[in-house]
Formats: sequence, structure tokens, C-alpha cells
Amino acid sequence: MLSLKQRRSLNTLLMGVLAWGVALAIFFPIFWMLLTSFKTEIDAFATPPQLFFSPTLENYTLVNERSDYLHFAWNSVVVSFGSTIIGMMLAVPAAYSMAFFETKRTKGTLLWMLSTKMLPPVGVLVPIYLLFKDTGLLDTKTGLVIIYTLINLPIMIWMAYTYFKEIPKEVLEAARMDGSTLFQEIWRVLLPMSKGGLAATVLLSLILSWNEAFWSLNLTASEAAPLTALIASYSSPEGLFWAKLSAVSTLACAPILIFGWISQKQLVRGLSFGAVK
Amino acid sequence: MKTTTLNVGSASPAAEPQQDSRKGGKRKTSRINRFMVSPSVLVLALWMVIPLSMTIYFSLIRYNLLYPGDNEFVGLENFRFFVTDFGFMAGMSNTLMLVGAVLLITVVLGVLISLLINQAFWGQGIVRILLISPFFIMPTVNALIWKNLLLHPVSGVFAAIWKFFGATPIDWFSEFPLFSIIMIVSWQWLPFAILLLMTALQSLDQEQQEAARLDGAGPWALFFHLTLPHLARPIAVVVMIETIFLLSIFAEIFTTTGGGPGYETTNLAYLIYSQALLQFDVGLASAGGLIAVVLANIAAFFLVRLIGKSLTEKQ
Repeated sequence: MLSLKQRRSLNTLLMGVLAWGVALAIFFPIFWMLLTSFKTEIDAFATPPQLFFSPTLENYTLVNERSDYLHFAWNSVVVSFGSTIIGMMLAVPAAYSMAFFETKRTKGTLLWMLSTKMLPPVGVLVPIYLLFKDTGLLDTKTGLVIIYTLINLPIMIWMAYTYFKEIPKEVLEAARMDGSTLFQEIWRVLLPMSKGGLAATVLLSLILSWNEAFWSLNLTASEAAPLTALIASYSSPEGLFWAKLSAVSTLACAPILIFGWISQKQLVRGLSFGAVK
Repeated sequence: MKTTTLNVGSASPAAEPQQDSRKGGKRKTSRINRFMVSPSVLVLALWMVIPLSMTIYFSLIRYNLLYPGDNEFVGLENFRFFVTDFGFMAGMSNTLMLVGAVLLITVVLGVLISLLINQAFWGQGIVRILLISPFFIMPTVNALIWKNLLLHPVSGVFAAIWKFFGATPIDWFSEFPLFSIIMIVSWQWLPFAILLLMTALQSLDQEQQEAARLDGAGPWALFFHLTLPHLARPIAVVVMIETIFLLSIFAEIFTTTGGGPGYETTNLAYLIYSQALLQFDVGLASAGGLIAVVLANIAAFFLVRLIGKSLTEKQ
């Protein structure tokens, strides 16, 4: 017979083992992708799949010559950072204004901003496509930056808003009493006090833009195509380049995965529009 | 916050009478402050109004990019064509199946897994990182890794597992196409549920739990009377937000099945895409787009109410 204490610790141990099992199973596809990226194409397609093999780095070196990886990666970088910078420039003042100078309309405005996020992209795909075609924005990084800024703006405003709300108003008032200008008040007082939250907002915007795959697939061809589109091009049946696909995918996902790990706790707030903290 | 507004509005002379000049400056600043929200409101309003009104206009005219110039007003004919098309019923039912099944899988597993990892065990931090990782994988990578490396009928990992147990490997994407899509989309969204529910569980009142346990409440009673009610709101948030995104699932279908075989994996988003950019029928696609907007709005209605409520509770 086990004592209650022993039974409890056995229970904890079993739960721990189960949790590890579930986590490893869910992570397995990512692990397998990483593993395959170090295989030769023959090993990658072997039946049954090989767990042990002699690793090679040739996929990573070949990826750039074969598919011009850097071109697509650069597009992803420009588009995500571009839309994030513009988005923050719009979102920070808006969130500041709504968090510290609340009016009767503030709540309605916030909810209305959230509701723009509900507009399904297919509902406006046709006009956006035609507008972009007429204005020459089709297959340009500028076009994607505009779209990504607009689709992520509500989330960024909401996230910044919930962080600003936690700063005592008195601190800002004190700065104002001391005669700081609006710019000084925001730059020297507000931003330093909320830098953790704003960093998470930036990361969430980068993650969402980097992984966006509706507009990038529909509005770009080759010139401005980001990594999501490059990887989609590997879906064509001719030639099974699994090892290279895995290498490209690993390169494309690694930075975002790390961003996600760093900011997981703060992201919850942005992803749930402040409803879960 | 009321006091600030009052202070600023009436510029209360009692406060610091000697700083009159600065007061004037302050009043102007606060007006600027209030207008700092305008640029965001403006761009979002344009983003809503211009394309949406164009969609409404296009949905009422005959407009095919292959036959330019023939743009007469046809009333609701596009809607009639779209709704009576064979693809519409398939698209609607696939959309509902996809959303419903993924919601069920992610919420049920999400609750179970977040409960499992909510207690102290060795390597908890790493387990959490592993569990939330799929959410950060881009949809096209998700789709192709699953389609090729895992679900491939000959060289995929699943085929090897099936063979190991002496079963015939399954050709997932041709035999169970919609199920395969549901599986890969669930894999991507399960971490979202885990992430939100795990965070919500951390704010669960531990003392209350302990007190209930001491009063002799069993694990089931604890779960149904304390934990689940506590999770009700986060679950509702997960359901609503996932619904918004799942209604528009596109890349996963685009890169794996292309909507096929037949219409078996065509959801509403993919159907509209194929009518617009593969068949160039702008009028028809716009009518479909508006139907998608209406569907999303039904889901959004509840979400906005839910979050609006939490917004007032916070004060």
C-alpha cells in the first residue's frame, strides 16, 4: 500500500510524463522538418522514413541558388518591419489618446476597430485586387505593407491600449505639470514605462505579418513575394524536393518561432484583444 | 479619468493660478491628444468603406474580366447564381464542417492539455514552449510539411506507423481530404487554445481550490464547479476568435488540395477565390464575398458583445 503522499507524488510523476508525451507529439512535425532539412533528398524520401542518417548541410547551401531564398526573405523582412513600423506610428498615439483621454465615444471606437478585423479577406479580395492592378500596386512590397498595416492595426491598438491602461494617469499628469511637451511626455515617460508591452506588440505584429498567407498569395507573383509564397511554390507536384523544402521552411520559421517563445506571455493579451491576460 | 477631463475642460482656476500661460497650452494639448486617434480611425474607415462598397457595387453588375465592357446592372442575379451553384452548398457545408470540427478539437484538447500542464513537473517551461510552437509556423509550411513529410502515403511518417502495426497506409489527402485539412488546421490552432487557457488557469484562485478539496470535493466536482466556470469566458474568446480566422482558411487548402478532389475541400473562401482569380467572374465572386461578410458578422456580433462586456468589467 502506498501512503497518500507517495500516491500523490506518483500521480505528479505520471502527469509529468504524460505532459511530456503530449508536448513531444505536438512538436514532432517541427522536429521532423528540422531533421529532414539535414538529409539528402534520397534519405528524405526513403521508405520507411529514416531517423538515423549521415547529416548534410547541402540543402542550406543549395537553397539560395535554387530558389533565390534571400530575395524572398528580404521581401518578408521589408514587408513585416515596414508594416509594423507604420502600424506602431499609428497605434501608439491612438492608444495613448484613448487610454488617457477617454471620452464617451472611446469604448465604441475600440469595439468598432475590433469589428474591422472581422471583415473576411475574401469579402474585399476582388476590389483590392482590381484597385492594386489599376494603381500598379500589384506584386509590390508597398502594396503588402499597406494591407498588413491595416489588418494588424486594430490588434496593435488594442494591445497598446491595455498596456497603457495600467499606467497611473498621475505619472503623466506630473510630467505635464512639470512643463513637458506632448512629445516629451510620450517619449520620455510613456514609452519607457510601457516598453515591455510595446515590445510584445511589435513582436505580435511581426509574427502576424511574417506568417500572413492570404494576401501574400493573392497579391504577389515573384517581385514582391514573401517567404509564405516561396514555400507555397514548393507544392507543385513536379520534383520532390522534400529536404530542400524542409531547409527553406526551417529558415523561414526559425526567427518567428523564437519571437513567439520570447513573448508568449504577453502575446495572449494581443491575441485575445485584452480579454485574457 | 473623469477628473482629468473636468480639470482640463474648465481649466479649474483654483489649482495653480500662477501658471495661467501654461494652462492655455495644456488645454490645447488635450484637444490634440483627443485627436491623436483620428489617423487610425480614418485609415480603418477607408479600409472598411471603399473596398466594401466596391464589392457591393460589383455584386450587382455583370462583370467578367474576360468580357470587358459588358457591365450592365443585373440586380440580385449574381447572388442567385452563386447560391444555386453546386459549389455553394459544398462550400457552405465544408466551411461549417471545418470550423465546427477544428473548434471542437482545439477546445476539448486545449482544456485537457492546459489542465495537464498547469501543475508543477520537471521541465514545465520547455513543455509549454513545445506545445505552443505550431502556432508560429506559417500556414504554407504547416500544409506542406504535413502533406509531404507526415501524411504521404508511401514515404510519410504516418505510413510508416501504419505499416509498423501491420495496417495498410492511408492516402490521406485523396481518401479523407477534408479530414486531413481539419487535422492540419487543428494542429495549428490547438496551441492558440492552450496558450489562452493556460494563461487563464494561472489566475484561478488556488486557495478556493484548496478549500474545496479540504471540504472533500473530488477532482470531477472541482473541475465542473470551479475550473470550468472559471474557463467559460476564455473558452468563449477562443471560440469566437478562432471562428473569425477559420471562416477564412485559405492557404492550407491552396497549398494542399486546391479545393479538390471535386469540391470536397472547397470552403467559401476558396470558392470565392477561384471564381474571382481563376474564372475572373468579378460579379459572382463579389456576391459570394458579401455572403462571407454576412456570415462573419454573425460570429463577430457575439464576439464584440463578449469583449465589450469585459471592457466595462475592467473599470
